[in-house]
Amino acid sequence: MLMRALSMRRAVAAVILALTTLLPCLAARAMSPELIHELAFGENDAKIKALGALVAADDPKALPLLQALVDGEVQTAGNRQVLLVKGDNATDAVTGAVVAPLPESRDDVVINNRVRREIAGAIAALKLAAPDRAVRLAGVKALQGGADEDMLPAVKHALAKESDAEIRGLLELTRATIQLGSSDRATRIAAIRALAVSNDVSTKTLLLVVLGKKGDAWAEPDGDIRAEAEKSLRSVEGRLSTGEMVGRVFSGLSLGSVLLLAALGLAITYGLMGVINMAHGELIMVGAYATYFVQNLFRSYAPAAFDWYLVAALPAAFAASALIGMVMERTVIRFLYGRPLETLLATWGISLILIQAVRTLFGAQNVQVENPVWMSGGITVFANSVLPYSRIVIIGFAAAVLTMVWLLLTRTRLGLFVRGVTQNRQMAAALGVPTSRVDTFAFGLGSGIAGLAGCALSQLGNVGPDLGQSYIVDSFMVVVLGGVGQLAGTVYAGLGLGIANKFLEAWSGVVLAKIAVLVFIIVFIQKRPQGLFALKGRMAEG
Amino acid sequence: MQRRIFIKRLVLSAALATAGLTATVPVLGADTIKVGILHSLSGTMAISETVLKDTALMAIEEINAKGGVMGKKLEVVVVDPASNWPLFAEKARQLITQDKVAVVFGCWTSVSRKSVLPVFEELNGLLFYPVQYEGEELSKNVFYTGAAPNQQAIPALEYLMSKEGGGAKRFVLLGTDYVYPRTTNKILRAFLKSKGIKDSDIDEKYTPFGHSDYQTIVADVKKFAAGGKTAVISTINGDSNVPFYKELGNQGLKATDVPVVAFSVGEEELRGVDTKPLVGHLAAWNYFMSLKNPTNDVFKKEWADYAKAKKLPGADKPLTNDPMEATYIGIHMWKQAVEKAKSTDTDKVVAAMAGQTFKAPSGFTAKMDEKNHHLHKPVFIGEVQANGQFNVVWKTPGPVRAQPWSPFIEGNDKKKDEPEKK
Amino acid sequence: MNATIPLRLRTALNAPVHPVLTRRGWIAFIVAAYVLFVLVPSAHLLLPANHPMHLSEYFVTLTGKIMCYAIVALAMDLIWGYAGILSLGHGLFFALGGYAMGMYLMRSIGGEGVYHSDLPDFMVFLDWKTYPWYWSFTDHFAYAAALVVLVPGVLAFVFGYFAFRSRIKGVYFSIITQALTYAFMLLFFRNDTGFGGNNGFTDFKRILGFPITAPSTRVALFAATGVAMLGALVLCRWIVQSKVGRVLTAIRDAESRVMFIGYNPLYYKLAVWTLSAVLCGIAGALYVPQVGIINPGEMSPANSIEIAIWVAVGGRGSLVGAILGAFLVNGAKSWFTQAFPEFWLFFLGLIFIVVTLFLPRGVVGLFSRKRS
Repeated sequence: MLMRALSMRRAVAAVILALTTLLPCLAARAMSPELIHELAFGENDAKIKALGALVAADDPKALPLLQALVDGEVQTAGNRQVLLVKGDNATDAVTGAVVAPLPESRDDVVINNRVRREIAGAIAALKLAAPDRAVRLAGVKALQGGADEDMLPAVKHALAKESDAEIRGLLELTRATIQLGSSDRATRIAAIRALAVSNDVSTKTLLLVVLGKKGDAWAEPDGDIRAEAEKSLRSVEGRLSTGEMVGRVFSGLSLGSVLLLAALGLAITYGLMGVINMAHGELIMVGAYATYFVQNLFRSYAPAAFDWYLVAALPAAFAASALIGMVMERTVIRFLYGRPLETLLATWGISLILIQAVRTLFGAQNVQVENPVWMSGGITVFANSVLPYSRIVIIGFAAAVLTMVWLLLTRTRLGLFVRGVTQNRQMAAALGVPTSRVDTFAFGLGSGIAGLAGCALSQLGNVGPDLGQSYIVDSFMVVVLGGVGQLAGTVYAGLGLGIANKFLEAWSGVVLAKIAVLVFIIVFIQKRPQGLFALKGRMAEG
Repeated sequence: MQRRIFIKRLVLSAALATAGLTATVPVLGADTIKVGILHSLSGTMAISETVLKDTALMAIEEINAKGGVMGKKLEVVVVDPASNWPLFAEKARQLITQDKVAVVFGCWTSVSRKSVLPVFEELNGLLFYPVQYEGEELSKNVFYTGAAPNQQAIPALEYLMSKEGGGAKRFVLLGTDYVYPRTTNKILRAFLKSKGIKDSDIDEKYTPFGHSDYQTIVADVKKFAAGGKTAVISTINGDSNVPFYKELGNQGLKATDVPVVAFSVGEEELRGVDTKPLVGHLAAWNYFMSLKNPTNDVFKKEWADYAKAKKLPGADKPLTNDPMEATYIGIHMWKQAVEKAKSTDTDKVVAAMAGQTFKAPSGFTAKMDEKNHHLHKPVFIGEVQANGQFNVVWKTPGPVRAQPWSPFIEGNDKKKDEPEKK
Repeated sequence: MNATIPLRLRTALNAPVHPVLTRRGWIAFIVAAYVLFVLVPSAHLLLPANHPMHLSEYFVTLTGKIMCYAIVALAMDLIWGYAGILSLGHGLFFALGGYAMGMYLMRSIGGEGVYHSDLPDFMVFLDWKTYPWYWSFTDHFAYAAALVVLVPGVLAFVFGYFAFRSRIKGVYFSIITQALTYAFMLLFFRNDTGFGGNNGFTDFKRILGFPITAPSTRVALFAATGVAMLGALVLCRWIVQSKVGRVLTAIRDAESRVMFIGYNPLYYKLAVWTLSAVLCGIAGALYVPQVGIINPGEMSPANSIEIAIWVAVGGRGSLVGAILGAFLVNGAKSWFTQAFPEFWLFFLGLIFIVVTLFLPRGVVGLFSRKRS
């Protein structure tokens, strides 16, 4: 936050300077070729100086150039020409004329973090005076928690003109953070009181400074003001800790939904059919690679629709994993029904083969699966916790898959057959159920759901040959804890483990949290040897 | 019964076939020199190590095409230690005693190196280790062509504390819980203290191997960063980097707010990541693919051609990285040393290695130190760009001598900067 | 006993106790002992290196290592093949035995580590000044040897007592043993736990005062492993041929019925489970000085699954099959990883599938079927 303050100070100081003295003479020279040349060719210090001058001119025309710098779309040709390059189209930054054809040798204008920060400040400052409300809002948001005394005139100026309530509120908060350091007692108290409604993490830091000591003396000599600050701090902290709590529950839910997705397929293949499918993790991996494959197809053949590749990837992932699952069932697993522990060995062999096959086909390295644009970013709640869209989507997706599976098992003929065959194979066969075909379909369904999980997981983490290995143990834990043969148990176990894990993690660190969860599972199984939801009646003895 | 007899015959014939196979392996005379490659091609480390095997094969092919070493062709023995540490030791012994290789190029993790080290010392073998590591080791039988901490970690911190790097005042030392991050962070903490940073401004955190859920950690970093200008020093290993970076992007922690400098993230690691949200995060290495110099152009082209010719996975987007460069330097230096010593005998090659130089793809001439078995290498700091490459924002004026015994660790001032005589 | 017991079960329980080994079995046993204790050592130590019959140290260390695995396979066969308990956590007991021995070996390094400290190097870099309490007395070989037996034994006893008392069976039991070894792996990966984290223990110098890499030490360790393996074989054989073995088999096939007869399966299972864990511990202790490293990777769930695979390949419920399986799978692995480094997982995976599909009784089944 502090560095933002620094950059802000610099940029806004320049604005103020402009407002007071330099504006008349500089305005005419806005976007002068010299400044643009400095920005493109100068050393970092020169670049920053040029930025200051650009901001001082307060010319919104500079915004596109600055944005292009951030996006890495500015190039130089020769030692004079500065180009804005978008794809194959280029315009001259100085004249605005279209440049075609593109010069042969061009160099990127590269900026580092320091310059990038200054540009961000300059952009925010330029936006404060923009006519568009959304632009102004973005500008003032960027200023939150990063304001400094030098900015006071600019903020006051903006406040005087601003009519929008939300922007006014934010501007007032910004003013308050600046006035914390005021020499006037009444102003300080007013500022501290105003800050009580702030949602920003940095407010806490600012208030803590007021309450802190400098050497032996209080930073704030006035006891009343300290009391006020204490009050404001408590109110800010209260809201921050609520935000933290919301964030933690959310991350627990998110981890839980990941576990649930990973385990759901297993709940069918293992839970209902009794196949200890050690290749389950690899079916997840196959789903992720199918997603990768579809993504590449979109990139090559339909780049315009790239953001919606996931829609096509879902059925592809399902189909790929389901197909492999059905082949597995037909060629290996069907000969091993009733010998559950031996399916473990055979499927372990299959998993080795699948891993190595993927390694041979796609390489041992991870492959890149890009999030669609609509999945990046997130909703900010209480300023200090961001709920990423990708995780929200995955929680929703887990719920959707769950509903689908539930409907399929309880409301369709196939579901009826599956349940019939798993409960009493001979009786089902006697009643005319094609048991062997049902087995194949059920296994394909479970595998396909693993594929869907892979598609979802590809949006969160690695896609590599070892992807499945990291989920297999967790998946089994979830299914066993929930109770074999019970979808509801799997749901409770998945979400419960996710949330418990996240709360323990905050308290004891990552490793101990995981160990604690494992120990809990071991102890829990002692109490309820059949899991959370045990099958009742004669079935239980099987 | 029938089936059983059939299977028995099958097993028998398979056994016979294998026996035949072993017998027909051509007996190669003394006109070749055997070299071993000991990189995991399966298991968790395959993701990083496979490409080093291919780099080594490429360099050896190049040497053979130019007439080999002392007029003899190099013959490669590739084994797969499968990311299994005891298997590393077994395979090392096999390479040295059974295959009688003159030299082994291999290992990535510290634990694999520690596992094979006693074998190399016992049998007086020769190992070239191409990865940046924690230092605190110096064996007569090993040449370390990766960076020691002072060739990577400390310059990165100096940069972050400088005006150009953002002037960081608080540091999160975030790593995977094993020896490299632990030792590196110990050195960095001592270094930061010497620069006047208080313990309360340093937050040290470790995650287990393969950790994939960084929600809590990133939230904690955010909270910590509220206390002042913060930088994250990441020694997160391998696979965990992707979920970590994705989470950084998700939670909107930008490089302009809290820059992350990583010591284990290179071009290969970023292959699996969408780097657009990561622009501006940093990495410190002795080589970047984006370096512009003629040697690097040749190196990159050679690799791209090799990858295409061998149809390696990922050949459509050939990438080079620091450990690949270190492997490449190592093999060439070994060749030069053998030719200087006119022998592949370990002791003679070790003696001839001292002071060897090689014009490296980094654009500088890498030199093997006369004493301490480490390379003199330049240090670069790069910022991640949207295309997955690094843009060099800072570099040392010239190659830096390695300090395997970090002066920031207590008692190391008494250590000799050369292998102990046994 | 009750007269309502099904005839087959009753005859099984009352069947005369078989001799431990048949005559042919004893002959094979003596031949094996001769090979292990006379032929191999002399071929390694006495014959010059260029003699065609010379056995290389590579061969000796590799065989020694696989013999350790064979002991684990025996232990696994005892509980899986005869008592029907599939443990997916046997790697844990093996590793614990290894760690107990490793602690002794670490302490015998003395001041010869990198930092010339009395403490192991990993404790020096953690800034520890003294040994934590659980390292006390581990510099005495006898105490470490006791730990090798006690730590896995006690852990298995406690875990088994609760699990068997709660009548956790089949897959549930398998999964919680997997959870157990996974939890321990995570614990041992932590550097703060005090067992060297991911690096574990390496760089041993000597055992009982003998340099650990000397050929004679190596042969002695090899022979000790051979003694342990043959001893474990005879012990297991004795158990399964005894009345206890019969009860165990009965429990495997019909636990409820055994309970109705009046036997309490808890103690039978618990005894054999604990013994199995102790055998693994001993194997681990012999393994560590021979391979020169112990780290938490040994506790990974995948390793434990592999143990089950050795037994399945060799043929479960036959003991000799377990040993055979350990040799076949590990031998194949050693050979494959060198001969086909890029493709060996295909072969290994295929072997597992083929064996389970076509050889339900393992490789041993190929031979024993004809005899019966």
